[in-house]
Amino acid sequence: MNKSRFLSWLYGETDVMEDILELDETSDESREQLKREKRRLRRELLRSGRAKKVIGAETKGFYALYHVVAVVSCIMLIGVLLFAVANLPRYGEENPETTEMVARYVEKGVEETGADNIVAGMILDYRAFDTLGESHVLFTALICVTILLRLDRKNMRKTYEDYYAIRGERFHDISREAIMRNVAAVLVPCIFVFGIYVLLNGQNGPGGGFSGGAVMGAAMIIFSAAFGFDKADRVFSKRLGAWVTFAALSFYSAAKGYVFFTGANHLENHIPKGTPGAILSGGLILPLDIAVGMVVAFTMYGFYNLFMRGK
Amino acid sequence: MVANLLANYEEAFAIVLFGIGFTMLLFQRNLFKKLIGLNIMDTGTFLFLASMGYIRGRKAPIVVDGVTDPKAYINPVPAGLVLTGIVVSVSVTAIMLALTVRLYRRYHTLQLDEIYEMSKHLTEDR
Amino acid sequence: MVLTLTEILKILLLVLLVVCAVSVNLTKSLLQAVIIFLSYSSVMCILWVLMESPDLAITEAAVGAGISGTLFLLTLRRLRAVDDIEEGGEDGK
Repeated sequence: MNKSRFLSWLYGETDVMEDILELDETSDESREQLKREKRRLRRELLRSGRAKKVIGAETKGFYALYHVVAVVSCIMLIGVLLFAVANLPRYGEENPETTEMVARYVEKGVEETGADNIVAGMILDYRAFDTLGESHVLFTALICVTILLRLDRKNMRKTYEDYYAIRGERFHDISREAIMRNVAAVLVPCIFVFGIYVLLNGQNGPGGGFSGGAVMGAAMIIFSAAFGFDKADRVFSKRLGAWVTFAALSFYSAAKGYVFFTGANHLENHIPKGTPGAILSGGLILPLDIAVGMVVAFTMYGFYNLFMRGK
Repeated sequence: MVANLLANYEEAFAIVLFGIGFTMLLFQRNLFKKLIGLNIMDTGTFLFLASMGYIRGRKAPIVVDGVTDPKAYINPVPAGLVLTGIVVSVSVTAIMLALTVRLYRRYHTLQLDEIYEMSKHLTEDR
Repeated sequence: MVLTLTEILKILLLVLLVVCAVSVNLTKSLLQAVIIFLSYSSVMCILWVLMESPDLAITEAAVGAGISGTLFLLTLRRLRAVDDIEEGGEDGK
């Protein structure tokens, strides 16, 4: 029984969290009711004698004390930090203590990592574990937002327009606007191509996984805003996002976790470095860049999706 | 000290931005403004880190024509740190906004002191 | 201390950053606060270019000025807090 439940959850048929997570029933109330509810709560709060005492005396005293302590701590913090800044080495001049490691990165970087962009070589080769944790931070954030804003089963079947019709609001569908649609039809492919260019050139010039992924995520957001969720879901469905993110994170973890099992330095002997400056160069940096970019793009689109039509 | 502060003007501005963000975090009662304050604090820190690595008259750390002399480029380490920091800050912002949505659904207000009083009142009554 | 043209531009942009941060702090409307914050991010993006960090400039333009602004605006719409601040403004502060 447990196994079948697990399998049906795996294929997305049932939702294990359905009864566990708190679902808010007030979400279908109209705006006026919400306001009335709020006013009632406030009135109730003020009427009860205990609460009045809290607001009148204790809270005022608390806030006065709070303001004094806050002002003092702000001034002290800024003062101490400015004093520290005044004793720092001069801005814009070379600082011999910090350039030792940099000299190594710059002198050997191109030779060891095959990337012209030293920053990309640093974050995806020398310090790739850092970036691995970073991608997982993004993934975890997306999961947290999903848990906080997810739709319940009732709302899931309704389209976006129904959701607003229930709330008694005039729904202004931006995807019916000709200007928005036509401009997006020209812009979205250009932004997408630019994002892919930035993503693939991370090892040669400015760019890389984070920026390219964010640009691609922005293109997906514009597409979905201009053509509506019906069309966007056909291209970038939830399932596609989940699988792409899963594959990218697994690939990254496997490529870097490999070190644990072999005790070697990198995968350096298996992937040729290529000539620095070409697109297919930098060994493992390009695949890792693509993995990071996919994670970032689908996370950004997922945030938009959840905030746009989540609960 | 003032001369040093003027020479280190970029770090000083970064600290001022950090202070403004911190002040917003402490004094604004609106949760939304607190979030924007947190973002300003973030950018203050990034500015400070990046200005520590900046060296006047040098180029961005991208090797051109095979010049691998460390004297030609600025410090690439802060750029790598800040790059990851910017992306973390947006995911932190997203989680906090989601939490704000949940709080608003419960209390129908964004003012933190009202939320505090209502929560005390509601738990005492139940 | 002789300032080059780039450094004068940099100082102007830094002053603009501080002005933006203070006006976010002082404005009453949440919508205005978000829009000022977006301009803050755009100024930051130009500053990264002047500080010779093009990687950061691209990321800041896409993430700071694009996506976090979108998230802030969507949340505002979701909460309808634009009305709430007017309501909370009289008794809140």
